[in-house]
Order: sequence, then C-alpha cells, then structure tokens
Amino acid sequence: MALLRITSPHTQRAGRRTSWVMQMVILATIPGIVVQTWLFGWGTLINLMIACITALLSEAAILAVRRRAVGFFLKDYSALLTAVLLGVALPPVVPWWVTVTAVAFAIIFAKQLYGGLGNNPFNPAMVGYAIVLVSFPVPMSQWLGVQSMIPAGETLSFMQSLQAIFHHLPVIDSYTMATPLDGFKHKDLLDSQAAFSSIAALQGPSLNSWLWVNAAYLVGGLGLIWLRIITWHTPAALLGALLVMAGVFHLFDPSNTATPFFQLTTGAAMFGAFFIATDPVSSCTSNRGRLIYGAGIGILIYIIRSWGGYPDGVAFGVLLMNFSAPLIDYYTQPRTYGHKKAKTGLKVGEDN
Amino acid sequence: MQAAKLQTAQVFSFHGGIHPPENKTQSLQLPLGKPSLPNELILPLGQHIGQSSRPLVKVGDKVLKGETIAINNGFLSSFLHAPTSGTIAAIEERLIAHPSGLSDLCIILAPDGNETWTPLEPLDNWQDISKTDVLAYLSEMGIIGMGGAGFPTQVKLQGAHKNPLTHFIINAAECEPYITADDMLIREKTLELVLGIEILQHLVEADNIVIGIEDNKPTAIAALKAILSERNSQIQIAVVPTKYPSGGEKQLIQLLTGKEVPSGQYPADIGVLCQNVGTCVAVHDAITLGKPLISRFTTLTGDALKAPQNVEVLFGTPVAHLLEYADFEPKKLSRLIMGGPMMGYTLDSAAVPIVKTSNCILAASKKELPAPAPEQACIRCGMCEQACPASLLPQQLLWFSKSQEFEKAEHHNLFDCIECGACSYVCPSSIPLVQYYRHSKSSIREAREANVKSDLAKQRFEARKARQDAEAAEKEAKRLARQKASSNKATDKKKAAPEKAAPTAAAAPATTDESKKLKVDIAIGKSKLKKLQKQLLEAQENEHVEEINNLQLQVTDQEKAIASLEEQLAQMTSAAPDAPATNTAKASPAPVSDELKKAKVDVALIGVKLKKLQKQLVETPDDQELKDKVSAFETDLKAAQDTVSKLSESTQASTNTAAAEPKAAISDELKKLKIDAAIAKAAVKKVEKALKKAEEINAPEIEAIRQQLQEAQQRADELEKTLANPEAAAPKAAPVKAEPETNVDADAAKKRKIDLAIAKAGIKKAEKNIQLLKEQGKDEAEINASEWPSKLKEAQDKLAGLEKEQASEATAPSVATVTSAPIATANIDADAAKKRKIDLAIAKAGIKKAEKNIQLLKDQGKDESEIEASEWPKKLIEAQQKLAALEAEESTSATSVSTPVEKTAANSEAKVEPEMDLATQIKKEKIAVALAKAQINKLNKRLESSPEEADNIKQEIVATEQRLQSAETLLEKLIHSQTNMQENR
Ligand code: SF4
Ligand code: SF4
Repeated sequence: MALLRITSPHTQRAGRRTSWVMQMVILATIPGIVVQTWLFGWGTLINLMIACITALLSEAAILAVRRRAVGFFLKDYSALLTAVLLGVALPPVVPWWVTVTAVAFAIIFAKQLYGGLGNNPFNPAMVGYAIVLVSFPVPMSQWLGVQSMIPAGETLSFMQSLQAIFHHLPVIDSYTMATPLDGFKHKDLLDSQAAFSSIAALQGPSLNSWLWVNAAYLVGGLGLIWLRIITWHTPAALLGALLVMAGVFHLFDPSNTATPFFQLTTGAAMFGAFFIATDPVSSCTSNRGRLIYGAGIGILIYIIRSWGGYPDGVAFGVLLMNFSAPLIDYYTQPRTYGHKKAKTGLKVGEDN
Repeated sequence: MQAAKLQTAQVFSFHGGIHPPENKTQSLQLPLGKPSLPNELILPLGQHIGQSSRPLVKVGDKVLKGETIAINNGFLSSFLHAPTSGTIAAIEERLIAHPSGLSDLCIILAPDGNETWTPLEPLDNWQDISKTDVLAYLSEMGIIGMGGAGFPTQVKLQGAHKNPLTHFIINAAECEPYITADDMLIREKTLELVLGIEILQHLVEADNIVIGIEDNKPTAIAALKAILSERNSQIQIAVVPTKYPSGGEKQLIQLLTGKEVPSGQYPADIGVLCQNVGTCVAVHDAITLGKPLISRFTTLTGDALKAPQNVEVLFGTPVAHLLEYADFEPKKLSRLIMGGPMMGYTLDSAAVPIVKTSNCILAASKKELPAPAPEQACIRCGMCEQACPASLLPQQLLWFSKSQEFEKAEHHNLFDCIECGACSYVCPSSIPLVQYYRHSKSSIREAREANVKSDLAKQRFEARKARQDAEAAEKEAKRLARQKASSNKATDKKKAAPEKAAPTAAAAPATTDESKKLKVDIAIGKSKLKKLQKQLLEAQENEHVEEINNLQLQVTDQEKAIASLEEQLAQMTSAAPDAPATNTAKASPAPVSDELKKAKVDVALIGVKLKKLQKQLVETPDDQELKDKVSAFETDLKAAQDTVSKLSESTQASTNTAAAEPKAAISDELKKLKIDAAIAKAAVKKVEKALKKAEEINAPEIEAIRQQLQEAQQRADELEKTLANPEAAAPKAAPVKAEPETNVDADAAKKRKIDLAIAKAGIKKAEKNIQLLKEQGKDEAEINASEWPSKLKEAQDKLAGLEKEQASEATAPSVATVTSAPIATANIDADAAKKRKIDLAIAKAGIKKAEKNIQLLKDQGKDESEIEASEWPKKLIEAQQKLAALEAEESTSATSVSTPVEKTAANSEAKVEPEMDLATQIKKEKIAVALAKAQINKLNKRLESSPEEADNIKQEIVATEQRLQSAETLLEKLIHSQTNMQENR
C-alpha cells in the first residue's frame, strides 16, 4: 500500500522534463553551429568546448559552495545551454580567456548568485556577452570573413583556430573582416547605396554568409516552436517590431538606412529572436506580455544598431527588456475564466 | 431531418487543457460486472455535500432493500436507503473515502442475502403533480449529483429556477483518463438516461437540452443518437474534442454555450444547469420505477487488476471486495486511487466503502503511476499557463505561494483555480503546483477566519480604550473641579466676609491634618480600586475566568475599605467645620452644575440608546433580549433623570442659599457623595457596555458581568440614597462627642450646629423637591408615594432632636462666653455661640423659605385647599414650633419675622420670636440687620408686584426698617471689637 499520501494529479506528462527542454534548445542550435563552422571554421566548435567545460566547472563549483546536489542540478542542462548560447554568440577566434570570462561570469554572477536556475532576472548568456563586449571590445569585434572575401582565400584550419584561440596567430588579420552590421555602421558619410556598393562587408558573399547563419537559426527556432518549447509570441513580436522599425525608417530615409531584409538577416537577429529572447526565466510569462517584451527587444535592437555605440543590439536589448519584464507581467495578466476583464497591476481588492 | 438538425450543437472551445493518455480501453474490455454481496455494507451518513443524514434505524433493526435508513438533516442534506435487505449491525465511526483519510459515522448493514425489496412506489403522475412535490420526492429517493461533489439534486434543481434556463447540459464528457463508468452507463442504460433527461427537462424547462460528450466514446454516441432520433427528441448531442478537463462543469459550459460562469457565481446565474448522466438515470429509476438511489456504476481499473471492468455496485461495498472481484494483484499495487489520476485521491485502506460519488477505483502499479519526480526549479517556461483551463498564470501563483505572498496570489485569481492538475501535469520541473495552491488556499481561508477573530479582538480593544479614555476624562474632570473649588474658596473668602457669619478656625488644624490624611488614604484606596477594576475588566476582556473571580473579591474589599475611610472622613469633616468648609458655600454650585451637565448627558445618551433599541424592537418584536434591554434602559433613564432633577435642585438650592448659609460642610460632603455616585454610575454604565458587548459576541462571561452590573447598581443606588438624604448620614456622628471640656465641647457644639444646618438644608431640599414635584403637576398621591415627604419628616425629626440638644446646652457656655468674648482663649466659645446664632438664623431663613414657597403657591393661583393639602403649612408650623422653643428668650425683633407669616396663613400668630442670647448679640444683630435688609428688599419687591397689598406691605416695611435701625445701633456698639475678625474674613 502507498505510504506516501500523494495528492492529485497522480500523473505527469512523460518525458518532458526540464532537462529535456534544455537539451532540445541545445539541439536546436545545431543548424546554426553547422553553418557557422562551415563559414568560419573550427573556432565556433572550439569556443563551444571551452564554454561548456567552463560552465560545468563553475556551476559544479558554485553548487558545491552552495551545498546543493551537484549532480542533480548539473543534469538539468541549463548551464550547458548557457555555455552553448555564449559559445555560438562569441566571435569564432576570440581568445580562450574571453570565453572563459564570459561563461564564468554568466554562470556564477548572472545565475547562481541570484539563486540558480529559475531565479535569475537577467539572461545569463547575455550578461556574460555584455561583460566581455564592454571589457574586451577589440577581440569581440574580430569576426572572420567568408573564404571568398578574405585575403587568405580559405577558412582557418583546425590547428590555426586552436592557435588563434589559445596563443596567437600572426596571420589572423588575413582571415578577419568586418561583419555587415559593422560595415554598415562605419559607412560614415556614404549613403546606403554607395555603402552597399563600396564596403567589402556589405558585398554579396558577406551578406549571404550572414543570411545563411540567420536562416539556420530560424530553422532551429521553428523547430522549438513546433516542439512547443517556446511559443511564437516573443520571436514574432521581436522580428515584427524590427521589421516595422526598419521598414518605417527605410521608407522615410532610404538613403541612410538599410532595408528591413538586411536588418532581419544580419547579425544575431534570428538567433536573438528564437534563442535569446525566449529564455523563459528572464522573460515575460503571459502571451500578451511576451508580445510586448519581444516587440520591446526588436525596437531596442533597431535603435542600438542605428544610433548606438555597438554594431549589434541583441544583448543590450534583451538585458534592458529583462528589467521591465516583471512590470510587464503585472500589467498583462490574462483574463481569467469567469472574469470580465483581466486584472492589471497589483492592486488588491479590486475584483471584477 | 429535423432530428438530425436538432442533434448537432455548436461546440466552442476553452483555453488550455491537456491530452493525457486516456487509458480507457482497459476497463471497457469486459462487460458490466455485478459483484456479489459483501459481508457488510458500510454506509457513511455524509455521502453528499451538506449536513450528514440522520439515521432512522437502530442497531439490530431489520431493513428491506430500498428502505429509508437515514433522513435528511436540514435543507442541504439527503436521504439514505438500504442497498439490500439485512440487519443493521452497527452505527459507528468507520474509515471513509476522503482526501484526508477521515473517519465518519456509518451505518453498517449485514446483508441477509435475500435482496428483498421494500414495496416500490413509483411516482407515475410526475407530470401532473406540482414540481415541488417531485423535487421533494427526489430528495426522499436520496438522489444527489453523482458526478463529483454530491450536491443534493433537488437543491440544484430549485436553484436552477433563479434565472430562465437557456441550457440544460448533461455532462457525459468524462474527461478523466481511465474512467469509463459514464460511458458504460450510457451504453447500458441509454433509454433510461433519455427518459431521465426528459423528466428533468419537465422540471426545469430549459430552452436547449444538450448532452456534452467527448469524441472518444463513439459507441455511446452512436447508441444515444439512435435512441434520440428514434424518439425524435429535442435533446441535442454535442460531441466535444477529447481534452482534459472538458468534463469540468465550467469548461463544459464554455464548450457548449460559449459563456463563462462568472467568478464566484453558479451556472444557474447565467441560465445553465448541469447534470451528470448518472444523476439522470437515477432520477428515471426513482420516478418511473420507484427505486431509491442504492447503487451506481463504478470503474475498476489499473494495472494491478487483472480484470479491469465497470461494475454496478451497491453503496457501502468495501473497495477491497471490489478489488478482489477484479482479480487484484497486491504485489503490483503501488497506489490506490479513488477517482481518476488527475483529480482523484489516494486511499490509505481498501476497507473504505463505495459511496454515491465514487466513479472509479484505480489500482495503479508503480510503472503506471510512478512516484513523482523530484521537484526542480520553475524555469517559467509557461507550459503550465498554456495548459491552464482557467487562464491563470500558474507559475506566478507558484511564486506567490512559495513566498507566502497570499495577497498577490489572490490578486492573480488563485481562487479561480479549479485544481484540475493540468498545470502540474505539464510542468517540466515536476512541480506539484496544485499542492502549493491547495496549501495557499487553505492558508488564506485560515487567515480570513483569523481576520474575523481579530476584528472581534479589535472591537474589544477599542472598547477598552474608550473605557480608559473615559476614566482619564473623569479624572481630569474631577481634578478640574477640585481646582475650581479651591480657587473659588480663595475668591469667595472676600465675598463671605461681609456675612460675618464665618467662625474662626482655631480648632481646625488638628482635624484638618487628620482629614487630610484620611483623604490621602481614600485617594490611594480609590486609585487602587480603579487599578483593580481595570485589571478586572481586562481579565474579562481576555476571558481569564479564574483571575476574574480573584479580582472581583479584591475589588469588593477595596470598595469596602474606601467606604469605611469615607465614613471616617465624613465624621472628620463634620467634626471639623473649618474655614474652607464654611466658605465654600459659593463653590458648591460649580461642581454640582458639572455633575448636572454630566447627568444630563447621561440622560440624553440613554435616551438615544433606548430609542435605538426600541426601533430594533419594532423590527423584531419577538426578541426577548431586546425587550429586557429596553426596560433596563428605561429604568436607567429614569434613574438618570432623577439624578438630573436632584442635581438641578441642589444647584438651585445652593445658588439660592449661597448668600448667607454656611452649608459648606454639607455641600462638600454632598459633592463627594455625588462624585461617588457619578463614579458608581459610570461603573454601572461601563459594566452595562461590557454586558452588551458580551451579548453581541455571545461571550461566556455574560453571567459574571450581569452580576457585576447588579452589584454596581446597588452601590450606585446606595450612594444615591445617601446623597438624597445626607442629613441622615451626617448627624450620626453628632452625638458621639459631647464632653463638657472647653475645646472639645466647643467643637462638639460646632459640630452640632453644622449638623443642624445640614439637617435643615436637607429639609429644605426635601421641601424644594416636593415643591418641584408639585410644580411639575404631580398630584398629591404621587408626591406622597415618592420618598420625599417621609424623608422630610425624618429630617425634621432629627432637626428637632438636635435643636433641643442645642437649646439645653446653649445657655451655659454661651453665657460664659459673653464676657470673655474679647479674650483670645475664649474665642472658641464665642465662636460656638456665634455659630449657634447663625444656625438659628438659618433655621429662620428656612422657615421663611417655606413661607415663601407657600406664598409662591398662592401666587401661582393654587387655591387654599390645595396649599392646605400640601405639606408646607404643616411643615411650617412644625418648624416654627421648634424654633419657638429655641427662641423663647428672644424678643426684640421677633415681630418682624412673623410679619410675612401673617399673610400666608391663619397660623402665623403662633409665631413668637424669643431673643436667644444677649451675649452673642452682636452676631445676632448683624444677622438681624442682614435679614432685615433682605426683608426690606423683599417687601419692596412685593410692593411693586402687588400694589393692592401696598398698605400692609408698607407697614411691614416701616416695622422692618425700625427693626433694622435698632439692630444697627446695637451692632455699632459692638462693632469695634469685631474689626479684626472682619478683616480676617
Ligand atoms: S510549467 Fe512548471 S516550470 Fe514551467 S512555468 Fe509552469 S511551473 Fe514553471
Ligand atoms: S490546477 Fe488550477 S492553475 Fe493548474 S491548470 Fe488547473 S486551474 Fe489552472
């Protein structure tokens, strides 16, 4: 006979545990990783390895310090997911200590010091990314170019990648080139048309490489939606807002702005929309809230890209919206069954 | 065609929902089973929502199948019938099927195996008789909602008449996994179900009748459709997609009508009625077959059963019996659940019986329902939110529940959670969300109950604060009164000086010291008393019974102590007629008027309360308690009004007499008494308040408080009595000291004088009261009935006694003091003599006043007989006679006094004004002068008001003026020896 008095429900959806959710998200990044590796060489994979090891070590260490069951929490794959997201977000030839710093900071400060999984108000991966972006701007802006565009004419070999990451690769300069966003940002006085015809980073192969990357992440993200791990609200709102912003400004000032298509297919647009902004812990809870949250990030991305100091704005956009997520939550409660309208705010005693 | 059209109904959708594995096929493999009779049937008395049924049988009774063995106990209750024939083996507590594993009173029936039916009486004419009768019949058949909660069906049907019914929904959704009892019931009893629905429709008259059924029951749907089209019925079938919890009442209503049941309301409020299929069949069986509800369809399923199936089982059958019937494998069993896996509850024991709401027994193996995975952190993935059929934010609710932020949880509509378990089911972190919600809900409910309690406590606290404030205010008022009195003393010294009536205070110090000490003692005692009373009240407020008794004893002790101290003080003050005492004549009105104001406020307050109560009484005329309260308040009011009238009189008296009368001592004492009385009354009021409060909250200490009230009232009454006749208390001490020593003797004499004065004042007051009564138009009988005449009499007797005493004693010392007057040592004697004179003067003034009163009556146009009937003339004569004895020696200005008397009545000639003592003539003369002056004034006034008597009055004036002159010359001779004294005044 049962000794445990277990209350209802007595059953659970089989298999769909938190670790499964995390694994699925990690798996959904594979298309992106493959495309990145194909375009930029082994650096991404090496970064991923460094990031994963750092994440597991720092998570285990801090769990041990916090006297938690290390094995149990490591198996939730949340630390690994953070590491993977950071690993693919960092430039492929970034020195190893940048990756370590970013991941360790993300795990220890952005996540565990807030109480671990589920309690962090900010997206840990983006905290780590922002930290290294602010602290080490030079290595962080060193993206590799597609093989047809760079002087070297080939992607880095595995050994070269290792050398670039762990030591120093003298010939690295012949492999790197600005990203399209970088290039567009530094078009200076050129108008758009001139920029797209003259700046190397804005040439077809470069743009196409980023189109591929974004397409790969879009595929992964759609997979997540199909698996019902994320809902469509955040990515759709994010991309929609970015599209609308880009479209409106392009309509008014076509000579100085890029097309909406350019905005959606360069940088971390898709990666951010499907993998970063949808981080459940630090985003909004209700569907309406997610729409607002996603739209906010989209708008912020466009603002930072156009007028900010950094070529891409996903990290800061996400972090800024993380701040407002609780507030949005309070004002976007769904209308509960049997209530005429949804409650907002936290006023108590105002039933309807 | 028409039937086909009618049978399709629009289906809406609801938010959320889950698709757990259905697991329904297992129990549908075998046909409906009919388990054998168990050894005993355990029939809990509380199988429904509401009051438990009352058993009709005793142990040992033989019952037939279908016989009523328990009847309803109130409105929300139900009947219970014997599921089979047999003997009542016991009525005792047994473990029942309940989420908390409780025991409850059960009737234990030992079947005899014969299954002998009691005669069945179907309600064939249900279409003709009134619906209420049909409902009553359903109640007697023990029919309750068989879907879940067990709500008595007749109550639900009655409630459905609140609004015009748009939808009558038959819930056949059966969305819980594993359960197929309703499915089987529809298959087996399709016709009965439809007939039952038709009977119910006759009762509720809904616009639409819809059977809501999930699309995973094709056989049942087909059977229903066949019958409905055959009967060309207006009943519609709405096939809803399989989704848990579509069988939830609210969700099914949303599915079939698109409407939502407003939060906190019932389906009937939006014109919808839901009935379970089982209930419909039971209604049919009851009305057309006359069979009460004694059995139901139950699903026996789970991996631990080799032969899972549906059974038609008699209520009271132990679960163990059914498990055995379904080839139970004990080794496999890991969890025994009553109900489905989503909302069912675990059973501790298989000994519990099947009841009217048991739809499934799930004997699950470990593999089937594994132990819950360890809870992980909520990653706010929102899956719960997507699944919640109530559109809640389960993850936020979890957060608030964990952090005990119940207000926020409530704001997030925690109480709209139907505990369906969908959120827990989908949660990837295996968080038992529903458990958290249940805990929060019960915590909030507890907090609400605690709130109600704390509200009561707050009321009590406020009452206590009000009481403390009142006490403080009282203290402050008393302090102010004292201050005023003392300052008045100081200012009045000058005013009193010309009266020259005040005696010196040579003998005072000793007594004042002692009295001071006594007063301090009293003050200490009173403060102790107050502290004790406060403690007592606190104890009552906090319901500490033992403390209350203890404190009450202490309070009474303290009260006694104070009373004795006060008595001593009274003696002391009467023995020490020192300067302040005599000089506060003017001071007395102030506190008295304060008193008066307070008393008037009391009257007003009581009046208001009385009115309120009377209003209440009008609303609820049968309330005995209210009536009692009203009468109590009426008496209160009466008492308060009495005090007011008394007080107003005394204020009048004191203002009237303040001119010349040294009634200081008495007014002091009066003041004290009045304050005491006021305190006592305040105590009474306080206790009454406490009593009322106690009555309001039905506190157990009502009796104690009532008793206290009585005691307090008694005390107040006593005090009032003493207040009413202070003269009675005052003279008691008088005869004690009478030694012929110079000092003591003089003191005694003084005291006697004062007593005399007091007594006279008392008489005056009594007379005034009578006068007042008369003015108020009370007839004689009433006045006689009041205590005043008798009091007057008493006082007069006392006065007579005192005066006699004084007269006999007066001669010796006073003669001696005439010569020694200027000498310092003999001062006291002289004072005494002076005092005596003053007293005499007072007495005379009293008589005069009486005469004045008579005059007043005349002025008011009362005829002679009335006046004669009043006691004034008599009194007057008595007083005059008494005076006559005292004044035998006096002759000089005698006639003048008698003059007004001549006019008032024929007996005025009886007045002989003897001179009393020549030695103290000076004082006498002064008074005489004053009196004569007053007389002249008065006469002049009268002259103005009644010119027809002018001659008479003029003569009088002349005579009085002569008298005045002679008195003044006499006075002049002696005046130089008085200068010192006058200055002292
Ligand atoms: S399903 Fe579980 S983990 Fe996900 S948000 Fe809800 S409670 Fe949190
Ligand atoms: S148990 Fe409550 S919160 Fe959870 S899904 Fe059901 S209604 Fe929503």
